[in-house]
Amino acid sequence: MSKFEFPPSITSRPVYGTLEARPGKSHLMIADGEGAEAILRIATPELMAKTHIIYIPRGTDYADKLRALNPAQFYEGPSYAASARRIDHVLENAHMGMQIYLTGTEGLMGQAETQAMNAGFPQGAIQTEHRGSIGRRMQCVHCKGITEDVEIDPFVCSHCGLNLFVRDHYSRRLAAYQGVCIDAEDPGNVPPSKGIYE
Amino acid sequence: MTIQFNDETFRDDYTFKNSDWAIERFPFPFHEDSYMYSVNMEQHRGGPEGSIYEKRFDVDEHYLSEMRDRAQVLADDPLRCQSLPHMTLAGWDLLELIMVSKSEDYPDLFELHRDGDKWHWINKPMGIDQKFTFMDESTLPYGPMEYITRQAQGDFAVLDQREENLWMDAGMITTQADWSLDFDIGMNFFEWHAPVPLAHEKGIFIRALKFLLNVQQGAPARRLNWTMTVNPLLDTSPENYHKWGVQKTELTPENIGRKQHLRVELQTFFRLPRSNALVFPIRCYLCSFEDLMTKPKWGRRLHRVIRDLPDELATYKGFIDNRPMMLDYLSQFDDGLPTSPGVFPDLDTEPPLQK
Repeated sequence: MSKFEFPPSITSRPVYGTLEARPGKSHLMIADGEGAEAILRIATPELMAKTHIIYIPRGTDYADKLRALNPAQFYEGPSYAASARRIDHVLENAHMGMQIYLTGTEGLMGQAETQAMNAGFPQGAIQTEHRGSIGRRMQCVHCKGITEDVEIDPFVCSHCGLNLFVRDHYSRRLAAYQGVCIDAEDPGNVPPSKGIYE
Repeated sequence: MTIQFNDETFRDDYTFKNSDWAIERFPFPFHEDSYMYSVNMEQHRGGPEGSIYEKRFDVDEHYLSEMRDRAQVLADDPLRCQSLPHMTLAGWDLLELIMVSKSEDYPDLFELHRDGDKWHWINKPMGIDQKFTFMDESTLPYGPMEYITRQAQGDFAVLDQREENLWMDAGMITTQADWSLDFDIGMNFFEWHAPVPLAHEKGIFIRALKFLLNVQQGAPARRLNWTMTVNPLLDTSPENYHKWGVQKTELTPENIGRKQHLRVELQTFFRLPRSNALVFPIRCYLCSFEDLMTKPKWGRRLHRVIRDLPDELATYKGFIDNRPMMLDYLSQFDDGLPTSPGVFPDLDTEPPLQK
């Protein structure tokens, strides 16, 4: 699967790279969906012997391929939220110098990066590679509710039901873009939705 | 002079109004007949007597009503005031700066008595008499930043300085021009300015950051920024935009002079001594078109600035749809005569309207 090239328009959006195996005593890889492909690409038996993989399939069937890599530890979670406590636990108990690899959707990478930085890991220890859905994790600026995997603009807030447009503004702390009411000045006048990068 | 504090509202029935004194000292932001972004920074070392630049933290007739509006905003949405854990020291720095400045600049309104770390603060207009221990949070009803900024007009962004950048790590933001502290907290200078058009390309933020990183203790700086607001609404937050946005559509040729306000921010920058943080007060001044037009120079100039502003800026500032109606109104006050340089109204030398 080819990688999506994000347009360079948003200065607050992180720049995603390409994972590479780095030297280190231990490795934590957190991935969802097609992010599995990035792990499969860099995996070697030596690396996997020191790697803990936390994986959320998002309806894909990569989990068995990852398990077949024989990582030191493997966890398959049903959702990011369900995995978050385990991720915190790993981060809190990690050795100095643990390498962190995040790959998959922006929402996964953003949330995991926030957790890692809150646990004191420097950005230099964290690599990212975008794979899979280009959907955005959106925070409604009005009700503060998060809507995951938003691929259209405008969209309807899954919490308060307002029609939101996708503002090109990203918060690392929230791992989310900002959604702002599009028809506040003319209630009901909502243009047809289109794909976010169209 | 003794300030007569207004009893007024910035919401619902909008009883806010400017006295002649307030109009006279309104910080009209255009020093020439056109406008483009610039860093436009200068030292904040006082200004003409009675002007808004004279004191470190200007207190005017709107003080008590603005503080009441802030308390209401905070009651509705406490996330408008946040401070990341490492910013408490900067909060004490800010409390000291404001208490010292206000008690020195307005001795008839504010008193600060210090005996070691035992402090006694008296805010006469608000009826506050507080004894507390400096640097001991348990002796104040709020954290130090929240405590003092509930008693000071304008928003306050408290910026941590590290890695050659500034970080929005604390703030009291209830009168903002459409940005969210809750969303932006923790961002660096470039990140929180991401949605601003044109300025990145012009290198404005790189130059501005370089300047701000070098602001020294005791040498504060200032600049003006501006936008447009329909009705004298202080809380033009994105959080509540779905509630106030519709007010922009309520302008008519008959009410525009009264309802349309020029919103000017006096932005100042102070280095804080213990934390090395930078505090960025953003003080909002509102003036209706009708009141601005009492100064012939401002009438001529505002028409020309709004007419010639690039579309991107009119869009970003949120008045592109209302611009034609604004120009219909403002053109009545532009007779084509030249204007004198500088921001002051120059009533003695500028001719009255010739039409």
